[in-house]
Amino acid sequence: MTDTKNDYQKILGSVQKPVKGEAGKTGSWSPKKPIIDIEKCIPAKSGKPSCFNCWLYCPEAVVSRTIPPKIDFDYCKGCGICMEECPVKAITMEEVSIE
Amino acid sequence: MTITKTKNVKTEQRTKILTGNHAAAHAFRQAKVGVVSAYPITPQSPVVEKIADFIAKGKLNARFVKVESEHSALAVCCAASATGSRVGTATSSHGLMFMYEMLPWASGNRLPIVINLATRATGAPWSVWTDHQDFITVRDVGWIQLFCENNQEIYDTNIQAFKIAEDPRNFLPVIVGYDGYILSHTMMPVILENQAEIDEFLPPLKHHINLSDISVVKGIDPVTTPHIRDRGNEGTAPGYFEYRYALQKALENSINIIKEVHDDYTTKFGRSYGNGIFKTFKADNADTIIFAMGSVAAQARVAVERLRDSGTKIGLVSLKLFRPYPAKELRDYFKTKKAIIVFDRDIGYGYEGVLSYELKSALYNLPEAPFIKGFIVGLGGRDITTDHIIEGVKIALKQKESGIISQKTEFLGLKLDELDFLK
Amino acid sequence: MVNVLDLPEEELIYPGTRACAGCSMALIYRIALKALGKNTIITVPASCLTVLHGMQGFCTTKVSVLHTPFATTGASASGIVASLEDKGLNEDINVVAFAGDGGTVDIGIQSLSGAVERGTNFIFACYDNEAYMNTGVQRSGSTPPGAFSTTTPDGKIGYKKDMPKILEAHGVPYVATAISSYPLDLYEKFSRAKEIYGPKYIHILAPCPPGWGYEPKDSIKIGRLAVQTGFWPLYEVIEGKFQLSKDSRRYLDPKKRKPIEEYLSLQKRFRNISDEIIANYRDYIDNLWKDIKTRTKEEN
Repeated sequence: MTDTKNDYQKILGSVQKPVKGEAGKTGSWSPKKPIIDIEKCIPAKSGKPSCFNCWLYCPEAVVSRTIPPKIDFDYCKGCGICMEECPVKAITMEEVSIE
Repeated sequence: MTITKTKNVKTEQRTKILTGNHAAAHAFRQAKVGVVSAYPITPQSPVVEKIADFIAKGKLNARFVKVESEHSALAVCCAASATGSRVGTATSSHGLMFMYEMLPWASGNRLPIVINLATRATGAPWSVWTDHQDFITVRDVGWIQLFCENNQEIYDTNIQAFKIAEDPRNFLPVIVGYDGYILSHTMMPVILENQAEIDEFLPPLKHHINLSDISVVKGIDPVTTPHIRDRGNEGTAPGYFEYRYALQKALENSINIIKEVHDDYTTKFGRSYGNGIFKTFKADNADTIIFAMGSVAAQARVAVERLRDSGTKIGLVSLKLFRPYPAKELRDYFKTKKAIIVFDRDIGYGYEGVLSYELKSALYNLPEAPFIKGFIVGLGGRDITTDHIIEGVKIALKQKESGIISQKTEFLGLKLDELDFLK
Repeated sequence: MVNVLDLPEEELIYPGTRACAGCSMALIYRIALKALGKNTIITVPASCLTVLHGMQGFCTTKVSVLHTPFATTGASASGIVASLEDKGLNEDINVVAFAGDGGTVDIGIQSLSGAVERGTNFIFACYDNEAYMNTGVQRSGSTPPGAFSTTTPDGKIGYKKDMPKILEAHGVPYVATAISSYPLDLYEKFSRAKEIYGPKYIHILAPCPPGWGYEPKDSIKIGRLAVQTGFWPLYEVIEGKFQLSKDSRRYLDPKKRKPIEEYLSLQKRFRNISDEIIANYRDYIDNLWKDIKTRTKEEN
């Protein structure tokens, strides 16, 4: 412990800086992950930007609004909302091993 | 004689006859506060009425947030300070107590806010009159606490308070206390310094947070853990313990900065208040010292004169800086004294006067520690007369001489004998 | 009505927060920030959102956030606004208070009422998960009747405070209700609110998987049922004028409303609800919609 250089003066109000994965790799919270069936997925099938319910309803911002949508398993908590909200049942929750 | 058109600084000084409350308001005006937020309470209200008047007349370009409670007043101050503005407020008694939750929030977040406190007794029962209970009660929240004895001192201390608060070595909030009614509503001549000189003394605030700069994203005051947080390449973050250590160290260190600011002010404007920490009156060559604060100290000055006339080698030490407690400075000053009589216009209920027991603690283990005796005076605005103080000094010196020291908390000026149901 | 593609693709919250799986507050916040944009300062009292924002040294959002004690959210927003006005930056930056139901309808109501009465130019958003979830599911003034909480083991007796009405009575220029299950509607409401000068209030029902007792995957479905049963009508009151939102309009017809049991039965917190309270719900919804019908006719 040193305070000879008045180090304490550098510890001021408690300020945070933004980081990805503040709570760590939250993907580890659940082994179940959404798997998108490209044959059924509306934007993937049509090649047009449309639907994106999985992107829209994701509370965690881990789905990309791309064709096809991609899911970041490092942070996906496996809630299953995207599966429920997919209008063509293109998403299933499956156990995926993540290191 | 030639008359030059050179701007004469001295001529731009103005002496006005002001109440203590208005002296504080003028100091806020000249400190160019950016945001004020307050809720009415007696006897503070004229401070913020005057500030509202300054704003309405265009004499102060500030935002006055007229909140629905003191709790909100200090919450507004905290948020406005974190957003980067110079902010201040004023309150009394229940108002300060209602702010309590936000007091350690402000100091913990190191927000340089200034509160003017026109002191007032705390209920129940209701009393609008002065004592120092409100001021004393918030001693453990991490604020700098200064006390004033006259209206000029209120003005000068407020200007200094912003400078002290905003010093980057400090970043600490400050309470400026003064007795309700005795100063808050009493007119005295007050010299108001010229604006350019005040501006030079008190440059604009450079805040360490400043949320208004949205180019830098910040989360302020998150939940902390008992530990250091280490995110590898992204860095480490202090735990609660380190934040609070830093607050304590900043407070300890601020004593030197408070002295420095006081001395700079004295050099610039020519007025001083002792060493900026405490003021003395005929104390240097005295054996016996009266130790008090604010209105009590003011009254004690008269008592010192009278006791000296009757041959007692007595003087006064009037405490200006209550937090951080200047234990070292008091210890140095008191180590050669024989007796100290403390008059508290407050009480640490269940124990004794707070100034009294804190002084005992500060002088503990001195090789030849002075005798210390405390009295409770003037709660809820009960008059403190010169006779009460002289009586206290005599009781104390008698106890010292006899060696029979009462451990009871003694009240001076009680009138139990005037209550018919006790007869 | 906006389309999903009208929403900005950029996320203003980083993934990997501490919010529970399936948390609708996280979705609400994510969508709201898309509408608000980067020129925004948020203030938040003690709440689940404090948890989402992260701990000690590191945060999760790409906008600045000022945390503040529980009772002070409205005042804290006022302080930010006052300082921005002092600095001449108030035109460029949205100030948004985001509080839970406890921080809004209970301990926060005084400072919210004060801030609104003063005409503070800010948005106050309440995400209403209908109890003190962050402290372990204690009842709040916003807990609905019959709901279990750790302090109402036999179900809450009493009512849910109608906070939007209370704010409407303050005469604020913008009041809206919303819900996580209709994110486009939510997005539109925040987008509209930020263009209006003065105090804006948005009350967002926020289904909570652990607090309400359902599977995280059902967060959207449950919220949708709150709307479909008529329990949670989506509307706006702009300058005093009532406007039923598109997603709720069909429920003006009582026959189109689903039975309230469909909503209640999916949630464990209503497991022991009595028939009497369910009947009260039906009456409540009927009366609510009579009022909506009247206002829709009179004010349009």
